[in-house]
Amino acid sequence: MTPTAVLERTGATEQAGWTLPDRGRVAVLCLIVTEFTIFSIFVVAYIFYIGKSLSGPTPSQVLELPIWATICLLSSSLTVGIAERALKANRLPQFTLWTGATILLGLEFLRNTAVEWRHLINDFNLTITTNLFGTTFYSLVGLHASHVVIGLTLLLLSLALGLRGSMRGEGRRFELLAWYWHFVDAVWVVVFTVVYVIGR
Amino acid sequence: MATTTYFPEDAVKTEAPSLPSKLHEWIVTVDHKRLGIMYIASALFFFAVAGVMAALMRIQLAYPNNTFLPPEVFNRLLTMHGTTMVFLVGMPFFAGLANYLTPLMIGARDMAFPRLNAFGYWMFLFGGILLYFSYIAGEGLAGHGSAPDVGWFAYAPLTERAFSRGTSTDYWILSIILTGIGTTASAINTIATIISMRCKGMTLARMPLFVWLMLVVSSMVVFVMPPLTAGQIMLLLDRYLGAHFFDTQAGGSAVLWQHFFWLFGHPEVYILMLPGFACASEIIPVFSRKPMFGRAAMIGATIGIGMVSSSVWAHHMFSIGMSTSSNIFFAASSMVVGLPTGVKIFNWLGTMYGGKIRFATPMLFCIGFLFQFLIAGLTGVMLAVTPFDWQVTDSYFVVAHFHYVLLGGLLFTLFGAIYYWFPKATGKMLSETLGKWHFWLLVIGFHLTFDTQHFAGMLGMPRRIYTYAAGRGWDGMNLISSIGVIFQAAAVACLAWNIIRSLRNGAPAGDDPWDAWTLEWSTTSPPPEYNFAIQPEVRSSRPLWDLKHPEDPDWRYE
Repeated sequence: MTPTAVLERTGATEQAGWTLPDRGRVAVLCLIVTEFTIFSIFVVAYIFYIGKSLSGPTPSQVLELPIWATICLLSSSLTVGIAERALKANRLPQFTLWTGATILLGLEFLRNTAVEWRHLINDFNLTITTNLFGTTFYSLVGLHASHVVIGLTLLLLSLALGLRGSMRGEGRRFELLAWYWHFVDAVWVVVFTVVYVIGR
Repeated sequence: MATTTYFPEDAVKTEAPSLPSKLHEWIVTVDHKRLGIMYIASALFFFAVAGVMAALMRIQLAYPNNTFLPPEVFNRLLTMHGTTMVFLVGMPFFAGLANYLTPLMIGARDMAFPRLNAFGYWMFLFGGILLYFSYIAGEGLAGHGSAPDVGWFAYAPLTERAFSRGTSTDYWILSIILTGIGTTASAINTIATIISMRCKGMTLARMPLFVWLMLVVSSMVVFVMPPLTAGQIMLLLDRYLGAHFFDTQAGGSAVLWQHFFWLFGHPEVYILMLPGFACASEIIPVFSRKPMFGRAAMIGATIGIGMVSSSVWAHHMFSIGMSTSSNIFFAASSMVVGLPTGVKIFNWLGTMYGGKIRFATPMLFCIGFLFQFLIAGLTGVMLAVTPFDWQVTDSYFVVAHFHYVLLGGLLFTLFGAIYYWFPKATGKMLSETLGKWHFWLLVIGFHLTFDTQHFAGMLGMPRRIYTYAAGRGWDGMNLISSIGVIFQAAAVACLAWNIIRSLRNGAPAGDDPWDAWTLEWSTTSPPPEYNFAIQPEVRSSRPLWDLKHPEDPDWRYE
């Protein structure tokens, strides 16, 4: 008798009593780890080059604490959490409402970044080519902002699908998106500390 | 089994599919076995290309003052050979083995994310094509279209716009980013598969060592690809937006790139090497007819290597003038990584000790690997001693050391893996006679080429030179080194002929030609698209032993 036949004869048809972690969660966790490592390299470069610019402007001359933007982004973590719970409880109107709120808060954060960058470029002539501060500042904050854009795109997609009524029962998938959004917020805490507190 | 409905062959064999529809099937496939074969076939193709490059360089270096290759062509070959071997041969070979074997070994029907799997493969392939497209489109110095010539390490600031004109370096950067994304996707998929797709009873403690090592390698990829990707992004920002990450004139650092690169680059050596260990850990027990000696120590040592290897990177940089404390730290940590590696050597030797060894081709390659990898490890410990490194850095001693690791170690196990799993993937055996020719020719060629390079390096021959003056004491060694290439090329030709011959009319393999113990041998050769008609259930780390020996199963003792 071939081993295959034995396996077929004795093998359980059902996998009862055998549960493993959800593959989506494992994969998104890995993705977050790898993204976090990319960010840490940019953070290391930022810290390494603090005070090494050969010319001005310096961070203390031009940077202001982005308190309002930070409040917006951090509270969006809360709203996306509420949206996730609403979706899992099949309360679709609330899901739409809170996802919409999350998107608005994210957009307000991006608007603040845009205003800050316009101010830096127009009033202080600070661009990515000006000095090491400009180089590391725009690339680190820009890397974070690009992740906000990716998150917003996915949230907008979820909102559109929610309005079409196609999000019912997708709570597990939306949870993964919420994880990603929390990660983007957590990275902002690091960026805020390094760029606006330590680096200033 | 009352019915044969699991293999409805008569339903499939209505008509031989035409060539375009066959091709279409391969291109749109998300089956982990097909993707695995595609990965390995692409890796072998790039291996042949990069091997030809190496042969050209050896012809140039055979005699002093040779004019076979112009210097700029030599530099491009050097860069493309290194980049190809690491990113387009070693990495996809690992991804291909992980893809093909992991689901089969853990009793799953496919990877966790089949489409992500296909995405990873095509990113890798197009990254590779992009790299080679630079030969046509990469605008080099003074308008000469050509390939990158900056070395596989591409040290910034030498890769900045001011020093690397044209677009060839950009091709290098972009293709590495693309293949890096593909590798990361494949690694995440492998982790999710191993953690979430195991069949009933396949606890972590019972998982085959191959799968364990793949889990560790994939986790390492997740952690160490980002420094490379981040460094490449910074370099692109420098080259295209005028940023100053590596621009020394604006206060940027000339050393930062090296840190980022080797923070990736050294763990990368282990990422390349551990899949070789994984194959050896499956082949050696089966051909010694003994279970793995010190299984838990093996797993612990692998995790130890994974962790320690990410704190040794600056031993590539002893000569740049780091502080004494850094030198001491990195010298010590580099020696520490030799400990878990030594544990593994003893695991394999302990498995063979007292075993009933069958000297089939896969086992021959693994035995060759054990000897050669031991020497590679010893020269590695020598290089970890900072003053010794100062003496031989950038010399052929270093070239010989890492070719001992990657060719004498990794390539031998990969060839062993081809001979071991080829019957499973195709249903045909490879010829043992040709396999033995392959092995012995490669052993002879390998030692002729690389043993001599150690001594040339000790005598002061620098690496990366396109020619050298006569009478420095290296002439004979270089000639011998180049003659070895003939043997190596003949060995690879044996493999190619063996594969072609076997695909045409090889002996049928049967389900389990080696009398092995892991789950992939319990299904047909080649396995059906769904791998297992019924998902298996395992009770020990050698499920097939249990099935074959119901009177004395392993699970009684585990």
